[in-house]
Amino acid sequence: MEEDTTPKITEERIKKYLKEGKRFDDRKPEDFRELTIESGVSRKAEGSVRVGLGKTEAIVGVKMDVAEPYPDSGDKGNLMVTAELLPLSSGRIESGPPKIDSIELGRVIDRGIRESGFLDMEKLCIKENEKVWTLFVDIYSINDDGNMLDAAGIGAYAALKLAKVPKYDEENDEVLYGQPDKDLPLTDKNPIVTTVYKLGEDLVVDPTREEEDVADARITIGSSDKSISSIQKGGSQPFTTEEIEKALDISERKWEELFKNIEKQLKKE
Amino acid sequence: MAEIKRPDGRKKDELRDFSGEVGIIPNADGSARFQSGDTIAIAAVYGPKTMHPQHKQDPERGTLRCTYSMNSFSVDDRIRPAPSRRSKEISQIVEWALEPTLMIEDFPNTVVDVHINIIQADAGTRCAAINAAVMALAHAGIPMKDMVSSIAAGKLDKTVVVDLDKAEEDFEEGEGPTDIPISITSSGEITHLQLDGNISKDQLKEAIEMSKKACKQIYEEQKRALKDFVKQGE
Repeated sequence: MEEDTTPKITEERIKKYLKEGKRFDDRKPEDFRELTIESGVSRKAEGSVRVGLGKTEAIVGVKMDVAEPYPDSGDKGNLMVTAELLPLSSGRIESGPPKIDSIELGRVIDRGIRESGFLDMEKLCIKENEKVWTLFVDIYSINDDGNMLDAAGIGAYAALKLAKVPKYDEENDEVLYGQPDKDLPLTDKNPIVTTVYKLGEDLVVDPTREEEDVADARITIGSSDKSISSIQKGGSQPFTTEEIEKALDISERKWEELFKNIEKQLKKE
Repeated sequence: MAEIKRPDGRKKDELRDFSGEVGIIPNADGSARFQSGDTIAIAAVYGPKTMHPQHKQDPERGTLRCTYSMNSFSVDDRIRPAPSRRSKEISQIVEWALEPTLMIEDFPNTVVDVHINIIQADAGTRCAAINAAVMALAHAGIPMKDMVSSIAAGKLDKTVVVDLDKAEEDFEEGEGPTDIPISITSSGEITHLQLDGNISKDQLKEAIEMSKKACKQIYEEQKRALKDFVKQGE
C-alpha cells in the first residue's frame, strides 16, 4: 500500500543514497524497473495493451471511427490522445473532472506521437475534406507507483503498433468493428518517451512513487531514433544546461534499450 | 412452448465462463477482478478513511461510496470519458446492492471508496462490477455479514435464461429480450433487482429462482479467489 506523502526523512535518505549512486531497490540511477507488455486487454479496442513498469501499471486502448476532418487538414486523419488517472489506481487521486496531471499526461504523450511522424496521417484520409479516420488513444492508470509518464508513452506506442484498422462500409457509412482490415499506416519513426528526474543534484530514470514524490524537476523527451520531437520540462526547480545535456544522453540510451525490449515483447504477442 | 436456441449454444441455466481474482492493484486496500465471458470488471477499495468534507461525516455509521465507469475502449463505439447519467445510476445501484452486507456502522465518520472500471464489455457489466466490488471489499477486510453475487437473468422471446451476453441483449425475435440484473446475498436476500422488457409474474419468479442457483455458483468462485489469495500469503 502507498503512503499519502513521502516523509522528509525518506527524502533525505533517498537523496543521500543517490549521491553514492544507490537506490532503495538496488537499481542504478539509469536502470528501469522490469517492463512488461501484454496485448489484447480489450477485444473491443482496435489495439490495446497493459504496460507494467515494476508495480506501475497502465492500460492503453486505440479506438477508431470515421469522421469529418478538421478544416485545416482536410486530407489527414485525426488523432486524439487522452489520459485518465483513475482514482482506482491510487488513494491520492480524487474522483471528478480530470485534473491537471491527467491533462498534462495526455498532452505530453499526444505530442510525442503526433510530432514524430509515426502515423502517416494522410493515409488515414478516406475522402478529402469529407471523411477521414479518427484515432483515439486512451490511457488509463491502473496502479500508480511512479513514472506513469513513461508507462503511458510506451503503452500508447505499443497499442498503435498492434492496432488494426477495422473494415469500413463506405456505402452505408458504417465501421465494421471486430473485422480488422489492415495495419495502421505507420512509419519507421518509433516514438518513445523517456523521462529523466532530478533529485537534488542527481538524475534518475523510472522513479518509484517515493522517488517521484521527492523529485525536484523532470524532463520528458519524446524521440524516435536520433530525432527528438517533443520535450516537456516539469516541476518547479530548474535544470542546469549540463543537466539537460546529460538528460538528453540518458534519454538516447534509454530509447535504444526500451525500443529493443518493446520489439521483443510485441513479437511474442 | 418452443425453447429458444441461445446464440452461443449455452443451456438456459448455463453461465458463461467466469473467474475471479483478488489483489490485482497493489496501491489499493483491497482489489479484485471479475470476468464473465467477454465482460471484465476491476475494482479497488480505498478506506475506511476519514470523510472529507467534514459536514458529510455520519457520526453513526460509515459511508459506502461506489463509482462505476467504463473504459472508452471497452465497447465498439468509443465512450467519452466523462461520467454519464447511466454510469451515475449504476454507481448508485451498486452501492445499494452492497451496503446491506457491510458492517459499515462500525466505522463512523469514515468513507469506504469502491472504484470500479469496466475494461471490456459484453453485457452484464453492472453484475460483473458488483461481483468484483464484493471481492475487493472482502479483500480490504471490511467486516461483512454476507457476500453478494450478481447475475443478469433474462427472457429471450418466451424462454427464461441466465447471464445474457451482448448478442442476447440485442436479440430481436419474437417477444425480444428482457434483461433482469439481480444481486443476491449468500443467505438468499435480494439487494438489487432491475428489469427492462416484458415478462409475466410467473416467469419473473422463474428467473429469480434460476438466478439464485447462478449466484450460488458465482459465490463459490468469489470464495475460492479470496481463499486462494490468503493461501498465497501463507
